[in-house]
Amino acid sequence: MTSHRENISVMDADDIRRALTRIAHEIVEKNHGAANVVLVGILTRGAPMAERLAVLLKQIEGAEVPVGKLDIGLYRDDYATNPSRALVPTLIPVDLTDKIVVLVDEVLFTGRTVRAAIAALLDIGRPACIQLAVLVDRGHRELPIRPDFVGKNLPTSRIEHVRAHLKEVDGEDSVFIVKPEAKE
Amino acid sequence: MKHLLNLRETSREDILYLLDSARALKEILSRPVKKVPTLRGRAMITLFYENSTRTRSSFEMAAKIMSAEAINIAVAQSSVAKGESLKDTLLTLQSLKADCIVMRHPVSGAAEFAADKLHIPIVNAGDGRHEHPTQGLLDLFTILQYKGEIAGKTVAIVGDITHSRVARSNIWGLTKLGATVRLVAPRTLLPIDADKLPVTICDTLKEGLEGADVVNVLRLQTERQERGLLPSLREYSKLFGVTPATLKFAKPDVLVMHPGPMNRGIEISADAADGKYGIHSAIEEQVTNGVAVRMAVLYTLMGGKEGLE
Repeated sequence: MTSHRENISVMDADDIRRALTRIAHEIVEKNHGAANVVLVGILTRGAPMAERLAVLLKQIEGAEVPVGKLDIGLYRDDYATNPSRALVPTLIPVDLTDKIVVLVDEVLFTGRTVRAAIAALLDIGRPACIQLAVLVDRGHRELPIRPDFVGKNLPTSRIEHVRAHLKEVDGEDSVFIVKPEAKE
Repeated sequence: MKHLLNLRETSREDILYLLDSARALKEILSRPVKKVPTLRGRAMITLFYENSTRTRSSFEMAAKIMSAEAINIAVAQSSVAKGESLKDTLLTLQSLKADCIVMRHPVSGAAEFAADKLHIPIVNAGDGRHEHPTQGLLDLFTILQYKGEIAGKTVAIVGDITHSRVARSNIWGLTKLGATVRLVAPRTLLPIDADKLPVTICDTLKEGLEGADVVNVLRLQTERQERGLLPSLREYSKLFGVTPATLKFAKPDVLVMHPGPMNRGIEISADAADGKYGIHSAIEEQVTNGVAVRMAVLYTLMGGKEGLE
């Protein structure tokens, strides 16, 4: 485990709240409302983020936006070289046909997770479009993937680790950089 | 875990891992397009030395939904008919670059023999009267689905226990997860060492079903009667047949299960099997759950390099 004092804090709970509020407004602005929007959080931490965005969208637009959660375990591109991992049930509560799906994830890095999530979504339905909302974009993409909504752009070195903690999963809201020498 | 040979030696943690994975995978079966790319480029070979409809096609369905190649060896039309030994057949399939062999064989311990000789994962799809672990897992999965939990539940297994690998896998799986298991059968269909199993033996259906949450009815292999173990099928049916009337001994919401194939009118009545009169029958759901559980087994065993450790 890494000890907390070696981490560099990047966002605190208030920063995260403000970033999500702005993203919610941007989702409404881009899509001229929230009527046709479905939020899909990538498990684990994208799911509570999607729930929070749904609450914010309700406050802004008064619309009940459906929230799904997506496990990308079956769509990973490294299954052939890595052992299988525990799977979590995917839950998409509505037919995605002709919906605007906003994929939600906490940290965007290589883009491979998002690639897997897009493949998974297209197997489940045929949305009108897929948009991407992330709390942190730390760069170093390995695939041509670009977020539509970003909480914070965070230039990093490839060897650093960026972690986002959310209350629902980790008991606290914070984004921090784990320095490589502090990593075990 | 490298192989799935039995539930007796499979840890409680591994059993729970497989059941959790199956729960996540079952959702795929209700999609309009039932296909995920996970096992692309992997090959499963089924090698069945005994007849099977649901187990073999269930494994084949599971493999294909997960994009693995599924190759079936029909033993009657294979080199086995020319006298090839089990070991040589297995080595040939491994050299064909199978990533996993699913095997059914009339000899107890055959799957363990295969695991000992090969370095690829082996799944036991039934060996003699020893075990049928994927059937055990799907029965656990089905009880979890209907009852929410297994710990504290009472499960009555009724019928030909001696010759049943399903019974043995059920006994080990259920007791590992904290259920109470009762065996209900005439003494001639109970194994000699039944008192060494972690179960309660019941001589009558009334005693066995009293307060039971689940009744798992086994197929009465009718050829047994010819060997003098049963006076007549009619008498067996009268004393041990599961019917709406005998189910009244159990809890009102008792779940009726059967691994198939059924002899309707012998070990189970059509009304009980089909869920008439408000009876909760899970028999068709068991078949669907079998696909989900086998997907979980293939997913777990055919993973990357450490999956083979």
